[in-house]
Amino acid sequence: MDDAIEARVVGPAPHIAAPTTCTHIMLWVVAALAPSALWAVVTMGWVAAQLLLICIGVALATEYVWNAIARRPQTLTDGSALVTGLLLAMSLPPRTPWWVAAAAALVAIGLAKQLFGGLGHNLFNPALVGRAFVAVSWAGVFAAAPSRGWFQTLPEVTAEGFDAISGATRLAVAAADRAASGAYGFDLAAQYQPLLLRNLEGSLGEVSAALLIAGGLLLIVRGIIDWRIPAGYIGTMALVSWAFGADALFHILAGGVMLGAFFMATDYVSSPMSKTGRIVYGVGCGLFNAVGRFVGAMPESTTFAILFMNGLAPLIDRMTRPRTFGWVKRDV
Amino acid sequence: MARQVFRGGVHPPEHKEATSASAIQWAPVPARLVLPMSQHLGAPCVPTVAVGDRVARGQVIGSVDAVVSAPIHSPVAGTVTAISDTLTTGGARVAAVTIEPDAEQDLEGYLKVTADDERGRIRAAGIVGLGGATFPSVVKLTPPKDMHIEVLILNGCECEPFLTCDHRLMVEQPERVVAGARHIGRIVGAKRIVIAVESNKPDAVEALRAEAGDDVEIQVLPTRYPQGAEKQLIYALLGAEVPHGKLPAATGALVHNVATAAAIADALEHGKPLTERIVTVTGEVARPGNYRVVLGTLVSELIEIAGGFSGPVERVIAGGPMTGQALASLDVPVTKGTSGIVALAPGVAAPAIIGDQPCIRCGRCTVGCPMGLEPYAIANYANRRMWDSAAARRPIDCIECGVCSYVCPTRRPLLQLIRLAKAAALAKGVS
Repeated sequence: MDDAIEARVVGPAPHIAAPTTCTHIMLWVVAALAPSALWAVVTMGWVAAQLLLICIGVALATEYVWNAIARRPQTLTDGSALVTGLLLAMSLPPRTPWWVAAAAALVAIGLAKQLFGGLGHNLFNPALVGRAFVAVSWAGVFAAAPSRGWFQTLPEVTAEGFDAISGATRLAVAAADRAASGAYGFDLAAQYQPLLLRNLEGSLGEVSAALLIAGGLLLIVRGIIDWRIPAGYIGTMALVSWAFGADALFHILAGGVMLGAFFMATDYVSSPMSKTGRIVYGVGCGLFNAVGRFVGAMPESTTFAILFMNGLAPLIDRMTRPRTFGWVKRDV
Repeated sequence: MARQVFRGGVHPPEHKEATSASAIQWAPVPARLVLPMSQHLGAPCVPTVAVGDRVARGQVIGSVDAVVSAPIHSPVAGTVTAISDTLTTGGARVAAVTIEPDAEQDLEGYLKVTADDERGRIRAAGIVGLGGATFPSVVKLTPPKDMHIEVLILNGCECEPFLTCDHRLMVEQPERVVAGARHIGRIVGAKRIVIAVESNKPDAVEALRAEAGDDVEIQVLPTRYPQGAEKQLIYALLGAEVPHGKLPAATGALVHNVATAAAIADALEHGKPLTERIVTVTGEVARPGNYRVVLGTLVSELIEIAGGFSGPVERVIAGGPMTGQALASLDVPVTKGTSGIVALAPGVAAPAIIGDQPCIRCGRCTVGCPMGLEPYAIANYANRRMWDSAAARRPIDCIECGVCSYVCPTRRPLLQLIRLAKAAALAKGVS
């Protein structure tokens, strides 16, 4: 028995721990996104795979080099850089030049995450910062030379259909039509099926809304993400679309809403922590995304809607503190 | 009145199957008993015997004249061989009386406690909260004059993983539990008596219902940790929150553990002092079970009685794994508050905390906190020694259930940091 005594660990209670670690959480996110990423590669081809490899590779390399230079412990095993790289790739159109994708990953990890202190300290979602950076810096690259071969269901759409943010072509057409005549020039209801199953106009993450929804539901069921954020986001998006007299279903299936609501806005670090706060935050994301679409200059606004709400998250946390048990007032 | 589910909480793997069907059995009396003079919250006792004295089973060997205290009795007939000190399960060093038991023991007999009234007998029997809190029971039976107890709640939730001692007591001796409930209810003048049991113990519910008449309600609550925490239990049953800084009696409720009630029944009906308790010995031991253990038995002896370790053991816990203490030494005695001895294998025990891992703001601690606190925020302030900011987030309301540390995916020592913040707040006079 003495050997056992020597080997014993003494520590504070609790002496058991939930099996879910940070790495598990990150790998669940990867697993939930994997079908969408694979489907993007299958439908879009090798360019999608290249984009995924570049974004993930540069994200991992940036974090590794940063830690090495800063003489901090290596953190790649927490899985967060992998998730950032993957999310970033999913948010870019497949034709994105490799060096633009690399710059986005560098900015995502280096500027948005490591400079702020690494995992847990970034105010903004790193993948979205990376995306916003290149979207603003190389808007021309985003808009230029779309590969016509990818347009299969709306072949008449041309370059003006690409907004600088998400390449949400159908959205762009819809927006242009609305601006020109107040009506849609094509049948929105006919777009549901391609948007759900096989849509090659936008980013990698827009290829199938159905796969994103399935992945998001998986994360909710597994307790990885809170349903309140996507529910608030998508619900508000639908409601505002309806209020603007638009087709609500088309507007939640098109563009970056599904990727944003299930995978971007739910990023732990940059979203609120209280249940109430998460509803407020989700509603805010949906509101700004919808308002951006209907009254903004750009056809799509997922990135900036979420980044804006990221900035408000600490404030939302302050305003929605849970009421302490046994106290009458919310806060003193 | 409507039953409600308390906020937050978790449902860890129960690990109760190893012992939930194990009938309570006497653990053999070891060759030496070490009886700490402080087995309760409150003033420590002073030994009332000397080395060489013969003692009888049930004889007082330590007491002190204080309101919040509980006398210690010899659990065996034997000889006092030392008055020194001992390490406790909690890691403190306290005065202790060592007794060498006689070879022949009559565990059915004992010196009866005597006192003029019922409260006096409960006090003289040395009864404390057996759920682990070890607060002297008689003090809880004497609420302040301006408070009236409407509802007596007996806590049979046993929400800690691994432990089944209360479960087996309710299954095997429901009549003692129900009798104790009636005694306490009568003493405090409660209009309603409720015994609360978690849904994972249907056999206990059945056994209690067979004993309880119309005067004792058996309520089944969802299996969720910390269902057995006093404030959460009152809330679940009555829908009332114990106000900050007030006694539970402010809600008209009084909560006692089921084992405490059984001990009170024994004291009132048979004059029996508290000299043994049921201990769940489980985890990596050869013969896990529920043992009736004379107080003062060393944990090392008890593990031998349970067949010794059956595999590699990383931590040995006194109590349950959520709130118990990890033992540095096994040569510490079982005391009134020792509900279990749990030998945790590597992989079952929480991994050791390495370095300062970041908070990823997942919110699991906030969602899980049954008190509605934001553990991450208190812990972050405590980590930066910003004690005033930490105190403003009400660490004093923390019930130390450990849910926050349990759920944290980066294994931050949240409860430890909150305890620091709590101590700092109390030191500054925050109430």
